[in-house]
Amino acid sequence: MMLEELRSVSNIAPQLGELTEKHKIETENLNAWFGNNHVLKDISMMIRENVITAIIGPSGCGKSTLIRCFNRMHELVPGARVSGEVLLDGSNIYDQGVDPVLVRRRVGMVFQKPNPFPTMSVYDNVAAGLKLNGISRRKDLDEVVRHSLEQAGLWEEVRNDLSKSGVSLSGGQQQRLCIARTLAVQPEVVLMDEPCSALDPTATAKIEQLMIALKKHYTVVIVTHNMQQAARVSDNTAFLYLGQLIEYADTSRLFENPSEQLTEKYITGKFG
Amino acid sequence: MTSHAIRRLKDRLAFSLGFLCVVIAIVPLGSILLEVTRNGISALSVEFLTHLPGAVGQGGGGVANAIQGTLILIGLTCLIGVPLGVMSGIFLAEFGDSRFGAAIRFLNEVLMQFPSIVVGIFVYALVVLALGSFSAVAGATALAIIMMPIVTRTTEESLKLVPNSIREAAMALGVRRWRTTVSVVLSTAKNGIVTGIMLSIARISGETAPLIMTILGSQWFFAGFKQPMDALPLKVWRLALLPYDYAHQQGWGAALVLILLVLVLNVTVRLAARRRYRGRAR
Repeated sequence: MMLEELRSVSNIAPQLGELTEKHKIETENLNAWFGNNHVLKDISMMIRENVITAIIGPSGCGKSTLIRCFNRMHELVPGARVSGEVLLDGSNIYDQGVDPVLVRRRVGMVFQKPNPFPTMSVYDNVAAGLKLNGISRRKDLDEVVRHSLEQAGLWEEVRNDLSKSGVSLSGGQQQRLCIARTLAVQPEVVLMDEPCSALDPTATAKIEQLMIALKKHYTVVIVTHNMQQAARVSDNTAFLYLGQLIEYADTSRLFENPSEQLTEKYITGKFG
Repeated sequence: MTSHAIRRLKDRLAFSLGFLCVVIAIVPLGSILLEVTRNGISALSVEFLTHLPGAVGQGGGGVANAIQGTLILIGLTCLIGVPLGVMSGIFLAEFGDSRFGAAIRFLNEVLMQFPSIVVGIFVYALVVLALGSFSAVAGATALAIIMMPIVTRTTEESLKLVPNSIREAAMALGVRRWRTTVSVVLSTAKNGIVTGIMLSIARISGETAPLIMTILGSQWFFAGFKQPMDALPLKVWRLALLPYDYAHQQGWGAALVLILLVLVLNVTVRLAARRRYRGRAR
């Protein structure tokens, strides 16, 4: 059943991507705190479907916190708090009665440091999300694992090593494994928190190509402190500074012709 | 002297000091093993391992009932102590960031340093008097009370060593908290937890004081969970008290059997629980 869904999505998604200007995620006066530390201040922004949105800004400006609010990971930190709304397809994921676990199945996340499960094989790492949620039919899993690894551009490299430990791969492969693991649960949005900052340039280039391929089927939001990367891959870019959304525009406009002085200073390297 | 030579000298000095300390630490361990083996090996025989004790003062016979008793006690104790200990450890590591958790942690620490004879008296009052007889159940209860805090502590420590990024990875896949803990965190920490359990087994299989107050000792094989029974450390103690040379030799033999038993158990469990992927983490 899942596979049919998966196929039908891949058939119609490309056209959708070209035709719609639909907003996948909308935030309304989003505020976030760690204890008394107010890290996000009244963020209201819209994230378009099937495009790559980059979030840039100096360290500690709240980039990571912002995307962690999109899949309710922020609240897992003790003392963390959120107010405001995050609408996913128009419904608020912070409404009472919304199960954060179900939100996280729709909004997947790739982390800064590759973090495959150390006790699991390559195969089990990719299948983990399904297995741990009770799907265990070997045939289904085989297909999903293969499809996810293909989407993550890793299949050819590991097809003969599926039973090897996930942590025996190289850093870049591990990160693509983590991407495959995220894709295997078929999310609608993929959040990436500085996914290349622990990787060398070759591995980074691979992940960047991957992101561009992914936006056909997924809405991608990437946090990066590498402005070149944002310029290379993203369609829209948001600039965050001290927890505030300073500017949010088409990537080319933001980099070539920023309307805020602060943005210009940041992208020309005057601070940050 | 050049600064390089001085540094080399310091390096050598620190190395020698460390080496010396290791040697000093190993001496008692080595001499115990050597002494027990030297004195006990001559007592070992098929009869010694498979027969009931002979009549007091006559010599002969074996410690089969004590071996059986120790194995039963270890099994029964693990049945009570491991689940309780592991669960408490999970609670403390994953949900213990509160006053309540801190209090439990403190009490656990206290329990760990409890004199085992006090545990024996406590279980005597609680179980032996209530059941009206010294028994295997009472012995296992006492040993479980000694085992539990060790398992709790090592489980908590091993779980805390699991990087938070692993938990986050699972949570971000939409896996529920309990499932994350059971299937991902626990399996990542498995080795540490097994080590803790093995340590606690080694500790309880040598405990003597609480057994005096709970299982009493017996000349016969296991006769039921509510009956008195024998165990190796208790046997060693009783044999050592007898005024006969043969008894002392059997005592050494029983001590050697106990050490070997713990060793074999340890190796077996480790082999069984061995990680599928060894040492490949970068």
